[in-house]
Amino acid sequence: MTTKSFGQRIKRNEDPQLLTGRAQFVDDVHIPGMLHVAFKRSDYAHARITGIDLEAAKSMPGVVAVYTAEDLGDFWQPSPLLVPPPPAEHVVFNKRTSGQLARSKVRFVGEAIVMVVAESRYLAEDAAETIIVDYEPLDAVVGLEAALTEDSALVHEDVGSNIGAHVIQRKGDYDTARAQADLVISRRLLYDRGTAAPMETRGVVAHYDHLARHLTVWDSTQAPIPIRNGLAAMFGLSERQVRVIAPFVGGGFGPKVMMFYPEETLVPWAAIKLERPVKWIEDRLENFYAMTHERGQLHDSEIALTKEGKILGVKDVFLHDTGAYIPYGLTVPINTQCTLLGPYVVPHYYTEFKALFTNKTVVTPYRGAGRQHGVFVMERLLDIAAKELGMDPLELRRINFIQPEQFPWCNEIIYQDFTKLTYDSGNYEPVLDKAMRMIGWDEWRQNEQPRLRAEGRKVGIGLVMYVEGTGIGPYEGARVQVETTGKVTIVTGIGTQGQGHYTSFAQIAADALGVPMKDIYISTGDTGQFSWGVGTFASRGAVVAGSAVYSAAQMVREKALKQAAEHLEASEADIELVDGFAQVRGAPGARVPLATLAASANPLRGAVRPGTEPGLEATAYFGPQMGTTASGAHAMIVEVDPETYQLKILKYVVVHDCGPLINPLIVDGQVHGGVAQGIGNAFYEQLIYDETGQLLNASFMDYLLPTSTDVPRMELGHEETPSPLNPLGVKGAGEAGAIPVGPLFAQALEDALIDSGLEILEIPLSPSRLWELVEGGDA
Amino acid sequence: MSHEITLTVNGHAHTRTVEARLLLSDFLRHELGLTGTHVGCEHGVCGACTILLDGVPVRSCLTFAVQANGHEIMTVEGLGHDPENLHPLQQSFWESHGLQCGFCTPGFLMTLLPFLQENPDPSEQEIREAISGNLCRCTGYQFIVDAVKLAAQKMGEPQP
Repeated sequence: MTTKSFGQRIKRNEDPQLLTGRAQFVDDVHIPGMLHVAFKRSDYAHARITGIDLEAAKSMPGVVAVYTAEDLGDFWQPSPLLVPPPPAEHVVFNKRTSGQLARSKVRFVGEAIVMVVAESRYLAEDAAETIIVDYEPLDAVVGLEAALTEDSALVHEDVGSNIGAHVIQRKGDYDTARAQADLVISRRLLYDRGTAAPMETRGVVAHYDHLARHLTVWDSTQAPIPIRNGLAAMFGLSERQVRVIAPFVGGGFGPKVMMFYPEETLVPWAAIKLERPVKWIEDRLENFYAMTHERGQLHDSEIALTKEGKILGVKDVFLHDTGAYIPYGLTVPINTQCTLLGPYVVPHYYTEFKALFTNKTVVTPYRGAGRQHGVFVMERLLDIAAKELGMDPLELRRINFIQPEQFPWCNEIIYQDFTKLTYDSGNYEPVLDKAMRMIGWDEWRQNEQPRLRAEGRKVGIGLVMYVEGTGIGPYEGARVQVETTGKVTIVTGIGTQGQGHYTSFAQIAADALGVPMKDIYISTGDTGQFSWGVGTFASRGAVVAGSAVYSAAQMVREKALKQAAEHLEASEADIELVDGFAQVRGAPGARVPLATLAASANPLRGAVRPGTEPGLEATAYFGPQMGTTASGAHAMIVEVDPETYQLKILKYVVVHDCGPLINPLIVDGQVHGGVAQGIGNAFYEQLIYDETGQLLNASFMDYLLPTSTDVPRMELGHEETPSPLNPLGVKGAGEAGAIPVGPLFAQALEDALIDSGLEILEIPLSPSRLWELVEGGDA
Repeated sequence: MSHEITLTVNGHAHTRTVEARLLLSDFLRHELGLTGTHVGCEHGVCGACTILLDGVPVRSCLTFAVQANGHEIMTVEGLGHDPENLHPLQQSFWESHGLQCGFCTPGFLMTLLPFLQENPDPSEQEIREAISGNLCRCTGYQFIVDAVKLAAQKMGEPQP
């Protein structure tokens, strides 16, 4: 019997390729005659370009072409806006996106100015180093508040200020609620910049076949289909003349869904112009400067409560650093607005932000995509309120939970998918209870912590809650085909960057069609295979593409049942699909291989019934009416070294509810990885800019990714509240691990350092920053 | 300035003329087509490019190809390549879900191969220290640590 695959901890189909060094990443693409690209990038954060001397570069051996913005002619265009602003109550949006190469002015360190194409990467880099750019330096816009002052330099003079966007959203009437409050807590909270740092940098290879009039592009993108569509339009080609392949991608985490990066259009442009294949592989230094960043918000926030601890309302006004341009629209700050409310009943909410242009790398979503900031604000306000009210902080959370019978729960403001923010389902108390049990909250508080403190040890505990909007639309699609061998092929448009789609999608189809996992071939991220789709982001792959796979597989199943019923002269209701056969239930001798049904659905001669579609195949699309809302709790016990302020995480617990798990092994891996990035974000990673807009720590020597000795063993628990919005009941899991780690660190560290009276209002921290906050009086 | 070098990679001898400045990582990937060795940072921190040089883990992005002249190199391609018959270390990574995007994985495998030969029964702390020079951005390391424990167990069992 074929056992059910959905819900099983199945090892991944894609791993043997990756484990043997036989998986293709972009830099593994080699085409004879291929040229290589290097860029001359800006050394200044803000400067006018007064001259560019290319003579030395052009005369160097092996250099094929050198291009500035001028040389691009009409091809030079500001990139299109990826996401338009939401239809919120009050929206000002000043669209400013970058052209492929800087013309007349540079706006951040690392902005591309000149493209060099040469016979090797070594020669291209040699030539780029000889290029001399003359600059007239301008004052750099770095700090958020400074960006708004009268005498601030302007990143885009024509805007007239540094305001990229201004959005106000509200639910109810906060001012009235505040007037009725027994307690109002107000704080200023800072969440600073980090970078996603996927282990594979970005890369693009382009090959234009002039005889076939066909462009093939290998791109480490999370969104190959929109890239294909955009490139086709830019080059005046049919979408069928362009194939974009996102092969194995070495981690994405958000920045690889940004489009269009300048390199993404310049490399294909050069390949067409030069009639040679062209490759560009980003180096790590470029990745620090030119791949988009995230975070960077300053919040002025307040919460109004009754003396019993009931939340009456929240007001949050924040500045969001969008960097030098705003190509991705407002997804990040909108997510901040919409995630802040968490699992709590907040009757009145006023939220306002200004997205500010600064002379820093562009900000677009990175795992969590603004959600971290919102969770940080809310959880911090609740912690502080609990202290003021003399309440247990977890009890304060519990009494404000949205109750299971209150779903769907509408928070009224507009979410990143342009629908009214509505939670589909949830059940938060069991999540909290399980997290308390797993971390051993009561025992720790009553016995263990007092004992350790008596020994002089600085130990603390924390527990925070969050929700995560996942699985948003608009849609994804999939085609499922039983081939004449009986093997199954699934193609879908979304790309994969390590999430295990080759396995989880196969599990979904295996159950529908009764075929073994090993007989399922999956193609993702190749526009030559599937033409429609959006991309891998917002924890949506399993929800949206997974549901499309499910629907297509069900349609194939129905076709197979119908054919088998004719073939076996039985009723469709009596047919089951098992181990690659259609058989009559209870009479396993009466069976026909799916291979035979597939072959008979694709006859080579003879006639078919009019209207018959060939093949045992179906294509389906899934577009949810809105996103699903996952939730969870993180808890940890931490010890601080009183001398060095280094941490030791003694225990880390995650309880997560993303509905039914397709493959618990994969979900666990997603959560582990998210927590590791959250820990980096909370305590190790911070992009440091000086007052001239120079990034001071653009290397892995200075920007500290957490290592195996920094990330603790994690204990995971799952609750499963299904979503009513898709046939699988699933919710996304990709970002949850990363979202609540900042406020968890803040809460647990305050507890560990309770004698100091420390109140933590900023993330990231570090041992030295923690020392400053406690010892230096610089809070 | 070009130099003729001869080196053995995964048991096969190769002779090539290379520029003095050609990195070993680029030589392996682009001259020999052994693209399983990945380049993550090009400044010796991330460990993705780790290969074995005479059995010792080395950052191939910090090594010139000419320095490998006369030496024996092993890359991830030199481990098992048949999915039905992987090296126990590869098999353990597979069973334990010790990889997600898989980009850093070859470097982990090449770091761990000599580690497990020298230390067949490592503690969790020893494993974590052994891989602390390899960055992984996907897994949070926990399932990698589990994979190493499983590999130690498999490698300690009598081979069939």
